[in-house]
Amino acid sequence: MKPQSMGQTPAYTEFHPRWYRPRVSTYWWLWSWPYTKFVLREITSIFVAFFVLITLFQIRALGRGPEAYARFEARLHSPLLLVLNLVVFAFVLLHTITWFNLAPKAMVVSIGGKRVPGFLIALLNYGAWLVISAIVAWFLLGG
Amino acid sequence: MADTIKLDVTRYSPERDAAPTSQTYEVPLRKDWVVLDGLNHIKDQIDGSLTYRWSCRMGICGSCGMMVNGEPKLTCATFLTEYAPGPVRVEPLRYFPVVRDLVIEMTDFVRKLQKSKPWLIRKEEKPLAEGEYLQTPQQLEAYKQYSMCINCLLCYAACPVYGLDTLFIGPAALALAQRYNMDTRDEGAAERLDILSQHDAIWGCTFVGECTRVCPKHVDPAGAIQRYKLTATTEWFKSLLLPWGSR
Repeated sequence: MKPQSMGQTPAYTEFHPRWYRPRVSTYWWLWSWPYTKFVLREITSIFVAFFVLITLFQIRALGRGPEAYARFEARLHSPLLLVLNLVVFAFVLLHTITWFNLAPKAMVVSIGGKRVPGFLIALLNYGAWLVISAIVAWFLLGG
Repeated sequence: MADTIKLDVTRYSPERDAAPTSQTYEVPLRKDWVVLDGLNHIKDQIDGSLTYRWSCRMGICGSCGMMVNGEPKLTCATFLTEYAPGPVRVEPLRYFPVVRDLVIEMTDFVRKLQKSKPWLIRKEEKPLAEGEYLQTPQQLEAYKQYSMCINCLLCYAACPVYGLDTLFIGPAALALAQRYNMDTRDEGAAERLDILSQHDAIWGCTFVGECTRVCPKHVDPAGAIQRYKLTATTEWFKSLLLPWGSR
């Protein structure tokens, strides 16, 4: 079947010649805290992208040998990057937590006809996060 | 407790006004009165020209949705005492064009609802002689929550995505599509997927989650949409890996 497009502007013509159509304010996201929180999460994805970039640069430096890697590490020690990385870390954490809290909404698992409660699915996600983080830490700290 | 409360009600006459104004009425504040009782009091005793929609007074017809102090609410289920000492702001549902006073124009929603095909689709109807389509209680449970939707549009008034982009199909239409997708008697999931996996449908949703919070029937449209995103992605991967598949 050919996909039908949603793409048509709603037409209001039949019976009402004049309705009042309020314009949404540019500052709609300040109307309520949930809206503000939402926009904050959307905007700060830039920081997540930054984190990915840093990691890619790190891998590239690693590929170029010990000297390049040492240079990369030295650059990371600059106060500006340290502060930036702290901010980035805070937002990556926010994204991780909100993402895991979302998981039970998207994943509905039934075992033996019974729905697995949402907190358990979130818990499994957090558990996996902890285990993987522990393994990575073990590698990095030269286990 | 004071024995009256002020209601600041939006008034708009398409014949007279360029933009809505607010008019204040004083109504009795009684323990058992909801916002709708206040509006009915105004209509019956103070100003018969006030226009608004309502019908059942028991949270099932879905026609008395309005903004109460900036929050989308069923006015038949919102007690005046919650807002004492007032005043209480009563406005038409946000993001919809206003026809008159508190009445909004909802044709856009009805068109979108049709697009999501909220009815049972069968490839082939069973002959009548074979009886009805049976379901177990568990199979009913899978979609029952989504079937509780009363089309009151509170979720649309809570959704900034719908406010900013009127092409977005919106929470209730998507939740109702899921209601049929999850019904074991239905065979229309593939047909709906083509329509609902578009940008203006599920992918328009950025998961603000407010639709679920304001839903008076606990339908959880945000959950329905996120589940549908997962289904759509899985189907897309399947069609990528098995392009000869028969979906």
